[in-house]
Amino acid sequence: MARYSAFAIARQALNYHQGWERAWRSPEPRAEYEVVIVGGGGHGLATAYYLAANHGIRNVAVLEKGWLGGGNTGRNTTIIRSNYLQDPSADIYELSRSLYEDLSQKLNFNIMFSPRGVLMLAQTEHELRAWKRTFHANRINGIESEMVGPDRIRQIAPILNVDSPRYPVLGGLWQPRGGTARHDAVAWGYARAASDLGVDIIQNCEVTGIDVTGGRVSGVRTTRGQIRTRKLCLVVAGHAGVLAQMAGFRLPLESVALQALVSEPIKPCLDCVVMANTVHGYMSQSDKGELVIGGGTDGFNNYTQRGSFHHIEETIRALVEMFPVISRLKMLRQWGGIVDVTGDRSPIIGRAPVEGIYLNCGWGTGGFKAIPGSGWATAGLLARGEDPVAGPFGLERFTEGRMIDESVAAAVAH
Amino acid sequence: MLQLTCPCCGATGEETEFHPGGEAHLRRVGPGASDEAFAGYMFTRKNPKGVHFERWRHVYGCGKWFHVARCTATLEVFGSYRADVTAPPPEILARIAQRRPGWRLEDWTGESAPGEDVDGGQGA
Repeated sequence: MARYSAFAIARQALNYHQGWERAWRSPEPRAEYEVVIVGGGGHGLATAYYLAANHGIRNVAVLEKGWLGGGNTGRNTTIIRSNYLQDPSADIYELSRSLYEDLSQKLNFNIMFSPRGVLMLAQTEHELRAWKRTFHANRINGIESEMVGPDRIRQIAPILNVDSPRYPVLGGLWQPRGGTARHDAVAWGYARAASDLGVDIIQNCEVTGIDVTGGRVSGVRTTRGQIRTRKLCLVVAGHAGVLAQMAGFRLPLESVALQALVSEPIKPCLDCVVMANTVHGYMSQSDKGELVIGGGTDGFNNYTQRGSFHHIEETIRALVEMFPVISRLKMLRQWGGIVDVTGDRSPIIGRAPVEGIYLNCGWGTGGFKAIPGSGWATAGLLARGEDPVAGPFGLERFTEGRMIDESVAAAVAH
Repeated sequence: MLQLTCPCCGATGEETEFHPGGEAHLRRVGPGASDEAFAGYMFTRKNPKGVHFERWRHVYGCGKWFHVARCTATLEVFGSYRADVTAPPPEILARIAQRRPGWRLEDWTGESAPGEDVDGGQGA
């Protein structure tokens, strides 16, 4: 793999940029792999990369039914933060955030990580108390976060209407090291680095069946033929339940639509991420100038990648109330993704009821921020059979009643 | 945008008039049930891509709970039926059979699904 650098750009410029090689190989699937990962989104590709980079396991295939990062990896609002309440969440999300910091250098691919800060507003007394509790938990867990008052919030986000009559901003939880990154680049960067280490990335390859022999996984059937494996890792977000059904088990998940939208591009007006859970909306500004807006999920099961219009309407209504300056903006694009939500709003990383099948799913509405940490932990689980970060997120927590409850802690948005 | 008809008051409205209540026909397990059975009742969901049965409430209408048969892959609504039943009625199943030939109720209930008794390696 030729390294990307300023010199490489200059060298290629002399050749009218005709000499760039493909970023990753596109091999035909082999008959057998040591590990097969289903799902070529950020989590699947990160898992493959860390399997190769951390554990030396390179006989790995990543199967993607469409194109890389075409699912939720390319549909999220790119927010990265780690100020979670529960200890296991703090471990995995902070690992993830810290891996994001030098990921561009590690992968030799500019993922445009921008630690611009994430501000989570408290607009009721209850929310203020909840954030204070989270703030103390963050301190104990070594996560840099800060409680800020209305005056400081005016400085952080001048366009925010702090004295809104309905829900005045009483304070906020500020994570200065949180921020955003370019989501496609995260998928592409991991794909390129993993491919370079020998991982086969196979696109347009949909899994149509899972072969289980004697209670143990033996392979997968795909649109590009049968592939044998003893270790199968399902990393498919919204379709986790569909693949689980192929292997004959069910999961504590429900798939629902989550929507996002962007405005027309405008001059820089917001240099951090603002999340408002009481009124249900969050917003940041992309490098192109578009305001990137997200809201809540629909309440019913849905696989169509399009959500209900009234949810967008509610989100926009909430944001116009908070940011009156955006009321005349036109919205350019709107889209939906199918997220798999667990009862406690924490992911599932662990073994499936069928031996040899591993799960990385249930990220619900907040998976993008977790991509590096999730891949790191899942690779550890696949390679060694256990991982300290992944440990608490196993499927057995639902039977043991050992929830990692972020649903109350995070209210709605992740 | 879904359009649903409340079988109690007969009104048809957009989904904003209703509130979703999750998977239908869940059977609560008794006090003596195993942890696995209770976790199954409490958390495990069918979450199918296709025909689904679910509970809805007519919150901005008569206020009653009822059931809806719906396709999660196309958002097609097959019909709604009353709340006090433990399984979809024959006319709803007939309507689904007409629209989705080959679909069987067992696909949804999972009673014939393999692997339900499989209990592989636990602990991660």
